[in-house]
Amino acid sequence: MAERKYLMFLGCAIPYRVSAFEISARKILGRLNVELVEMPEFNCCGLPLDPVSHEMMLILAARNLAMAEQKNLNIITLCPGCAGTLKKVNRILKEDKALRDQINQHLKEAGLEFKGTVDAKHLIQVLTEDVGLEKIKDTVVKPLTMLKVAEHNGCHILRPKEYIGFDDPEDPKTLKTLIEATGATCLDYMDETECCGAPSVGVSDKVALQLARDKLNHIKDVKAEAMVTICPFCHIMYDTNELRIEKTFNEAYGIPILHYPQLLGLAMGMKPEELAFNELRVDVSKILTKVCEGEK
Amino acid sequence: MMTETGQKLIKASEMDPKFKYEISKMHGGEKLMRCYQCGTCTSDCPVARFSETYRPRQIIRMTQLGLKNRVLDSDTLWLCAACFTCTDRCPQDVEVASVIRVLRNLAAEQGHIPQVFKDQASSILESGYAYRIPELRMKKRESLGLPPLPKGNTDSVCKTLRGVSFLKHIAKRGE
Repeated sequence: MAERKYLMFLGCAIPYRVSAFEISARKILGRLNVELVEMPEFNCCGLPLDPVSHEMMLILAARNLAMAEQKNLNIITLCPGCAGTLKKVNRILKEDKALRDQINQHLKEAGLEFKGTVDAKHLIQVLTEDVGLEKIKDTVVKPLTMLKVAEHNGCHILRPKEYIGFDDPEDPKTLKTLIEATGATCLDYMDETECCGAPSVGVSDKVALQLARDKLNHIKDVKAEAMVTICPFCHIMYDTNELRIEKTFNEAYGIPILHYPQLLGLAMGMKPEELAFNELRVDVSKILTKVCEGEK
Repeated sequence: MMTETGQKLIKASEMDPKFKYEISKMHGGEKLMRCYQCGTCTSDCPVARFSETYRPRQIIRMTQLGLKNRVLDSDTLWLCAACFTCTDRCPQDVEVASVIRVLRNLAAEQGHIPQVFKDQASSILESGYAYRIPELRMKKRESLGLPPLPKGNTDSVCKTLRGVSFLKHIAKRGE
């Protein structure tokens, strides 16, 4: 029997174009005895529309929380944007009764009510706070001691601190600890908590690509063999766009960008095919060979 | 009128003294008047590092001064990446990114809405998802061993959003 049960909130970006994250996350959660219940129906968490309508964001987020309350299950998300939004709205509506009443007027139209009885957590929060590091280490059968990687948290798993209340935004440790649990070395580098630039794509591609390039340069400087991400948008920014960044700035990186569950999955002894490594754009053969050679 | 250094002069007649109160009343804009222009936000802003125009401190000051049209009509308002570094590091706890969000909401209310937001809003109304996920992608999930994607309940979503004034700017596909 599963030890823990969550409502799986996939968000929009993952089913749209980042399935490797979902495939590998489901695999490792299964191995860790975490049961996932699918959302009965779906609507966007609301974050993409916050810039144009805060009201609409609040309603969309509250609607999801109200559905989770009906199921009496806490939410797990793979996207830090969704996790951050659901957490923030949960907290705001619990504290501000007038606003809660106003949002509930909207939800009533669809027979729903926000009460504030469930939590929303991102994957890495579930892994560290609920599953626990010891249990994760117990599942590692093939320590990745041959790999040196760099982490990239992304913004919304950390900030704004007042609402997210997870880890230290100025010196985050959670993802590092999780990476080290796989046996891999996690390298420090300059400006680790900097934004990937993804939100600026479409508004100013120039700014977005320069931000991403900066980070790739810092990672290259410390000779990391791969970058490990936990956000679909950051992953798109570095993996999908790496070639474009190389061409734009006449650089050569060739740094593979892995989803954290892919790294953990390898350490759990899963095969690269099971973990959707073939979906990644940047060539990963070098590190996979290294991992396989380590087996001998 | 321009100054000798090419900067646009501020005329007193341009300033709306009530603007700061309007912003301070909105959710997220409450602490606008606490800003004492230290510039931590701009110096730590990743976008400002690469953009020649985006300066959060300047946007906050212009808002305090009541330069309503200059702020709301400006494209630079849309450059914020919402990374919340400014919010976390502001010594006065202004919640800079939230003030900028409030300003964007007002600009949107007046019809200044970058296309990407219109596309995402109409996609959410039609499918529940912010992006239109192709049928092929849904079918591929099965071969990848993934469970079917939860459907959006568009009727229910539209009902809960009734009365949201932003939606007057959003046309559904085919309308």
